[in-house]
Amino acid sequence: MDLSVKLPGLNLKNPVLPASGCFGNGREFASIYDLSLLGGMVTKSVTPNARFGNPLPRIAEAESGMLNAIGLENKGVDYFREHELPFLEQFDTEVMVSVAGSTIEDYAHVVEHLKGVDVIKAFELNVSCPNVAVGGMAIGTNAEALGKTVAMVKQHADKPVYVKLSPNVTNIVELALAAQDNGADGLVMINTVQGLRMDLRTAKPLLGNVTGGLSGPAIKPIALRMVYQVAQVVHIPIIGCGGISNAEDILEFLYAGASAVQVGAANFIDPWACPKMIEELPSVLEKYNLNSVQEAIGKALPQK
Amino acid sequence: MIESKAKILSNTPLTQDVFKMELETEIATLAKPGQFVQITVPNFYLRRPISVSWVEGNVLTIVYKVLGKGTDKLSSMRPGHALSVLGPLGTGYPIEAKEEVLIVGGGVGTPPMLLTAKAYQDLGAKVHVVLGFNTKDEVFYQKEFEELGITPVICTMDGSMGVQGTVLDGIKANHITCPFVCSCGPLPMLRAIQNTYQDGYISLESRMGCGFGVCLGCVMKTVEGDAVRVCEDGPVFAMGKVVL
Ligand SMILES: Cc1cc2nc3c(=O)[nH]c(=O)nc-3n(C[C@H](O)[C@H](O)[C@H](O)COP(=O)(O)OP(=O)(O)OC[C@H]3O[C@@H](n4cnc5c(N)ncnc54)[C@H](O)[C@@H]3O)c2cc1C
Ligand SMILES: Cc1cc2nc3c(=O)[nH]c(=O)nc-3n(C[C@H](O)[C@H](O)[C@H](O)COP(=O)(O)O)c2cc1C
Repeated sequence: MDLSVKLPGLNLKNPVLPASGCFGNGREFASIYDLSLLGGMVTKSVTPNARFGNPLPRIAEAESGMLNAIGLENKGVDYFREHELPFLEQFDTEVMVSVAGSTIEDYAHVVEHLKGVDVIKAFELNVSCPNVAVGGMAIGTNAEALGKTVAMVKQHADKPVYVKLSPNVTNIVELALAAQDNGADGLVMINTVQGLRMDLRTAKPLLGNVTGGLSGPAIKPIALRMVYQVAQVVHIPIIGCGGISNAEDILEFLYAGASAVQVGAANFIDPWACPKMIEELPSVLEKYNLNSVQEAIGKALPQK
Repeated sequence: MIESKAKILSNTPLTQDVFKMELETEIATLAKPGQFVQITVPNFYLRRPISVSWVEGNVLTIVYKVLGKGTDKLSSMRPGHALSVLGPLGTGYPIEAKEEVLIVGGGVGTPPMLLTAKAYQDLGAKVHVVLGFNTKDEVFYQKEFEELGITPVICTMDGSMGVQGTVLDGIKANHITCPFVCSCGPLPMLRAIQNTYQDGYISLESRMGCGFGVCLGCVMKTVEGDAVRVCEDGPVFAMGKVVL
């Protein structure tokens, strides 16, 4: 069974990549399975300088999912380049680096400081983090700001640039087109859905950051709907993400128009979720009379 | 770290809302004092972190308090059922040769201290144990420590059993002068311990997404301002290291 997919910068042997923030920078998972099994992986979002992140609690449970408000904790781009990226050179897997920031210039700064690093195959712009006060989702929910950011990053990046879209918008197609029209090489859909939980004992919001991002099976239908809508109007590839926990879920996203998928919270519940899905995928494709991943991509989209 | 379908061998109440569960799992053969497991409770998404309290062969014992819906569901699970358990997780107590060790447990911080006490005993240390609870009806694990040959000092806030007051009152009342302390319990107790002692280790709690170091959901700050993950760098930390 041919599971391979070729996307800008990414030569994926299978369509499964752990999502940003749900895989650290690979070290912890490398101690339980061979990362070379993965089609690719996405690093934790990296910003120009170190960030401590949000006050605790940063995690809450939700029905069929979870809320998180980590707040982009990371050690900054210089530390990341020197201490995290070299570790990933030993694996035969395609590394996407997730880039975040508070201003447009921050995004340009990070990609500029990662120029010439061979292990990086593509950048993913996290313009959709709901858990930071400035930047992040503020850029990803405004077509003009998003367009400007993508255009600016494209001038500095030496690798293809994917844009990770926020679902917290009225018209996802408008944002997808703004990214595409300003040079994005691909889209990743979706980041977390903004939510909130209460602490009944204190009569206050439970999370230190008040709001958080919902992920897990609860958001899968939202992600599928958005991929399906956007796939009908863009010509750049889409990597689907949101609530994926098994090979059937992957197939749903492929049918909706995604060319590959990212797996987030499922890695926490079952640390072996990604290799298991990769192993199950051929038999699931076979079950639905498909001969390759390629054949499934966009199968459900209305014929033009 | 392994994932195991652990069979429930027993699940019995120790007090009105504290339960002891014995699980058949190979994790028991790998677990060290102070480490924990992440348990999937049917119908809940996130795993629940619970400390390893005791191990014997391939039987792992946990002791948990019914706090919310997940632990409530756990308390209704019957022997014979299997639970998905991930572990062992975290960095436990670095059991090092000591002449004397003071072990302090508060409420449901007591369970991990049983295996810890045993480990220090095995290294030849004289082990003092002081346990704190709110009231007599909440006291548990006295017998288990006695089976190790240790008579724990019991403290209750309302004085209904043992020394009236906190664990620090119990330590004073019994003239225990040992400067090396290993402790687990509620935050106010750990703060008091950390303000009183310089040498030893404490075990912390924090809400967790993964339990093995990747999500950064449980991160706290050290006195130097560095970020530490309670799940992976802890839950056991050197006395005075983490800002509480
Ligand atoms: C390393 C570690 C070891 C622990 N060991 C024990 C033990 O041996 N015995 C025991 O009784 N309890 C222990 N706890 C606390 C235990 O994890 C919580 O009481 C339990 O998760 C509550 O689940 P719930 O569904 O009943 O509560 P809910 O409030 O409904 O839970 C909602 C969510 O918040 C999380 N949560 C709530 N309270 C806590 C807490 N205090 N700490 C961490 N997560 C929490 C839950 O895991 C769940 O994800 C430990 C916690 C940690 C971090
Ligand atoms: C704990 C946690 C941390 C995350 N951190 C990031 C991040 O740093 N950058 C980012 O682009 N997305 C981050 N995400 C979002 C995920 O990459 C993913 O888009 C989202 O969780 C939806 O997928 P899922 O339902 O499979 O989890 C995070 C998600 C979680 C649960």
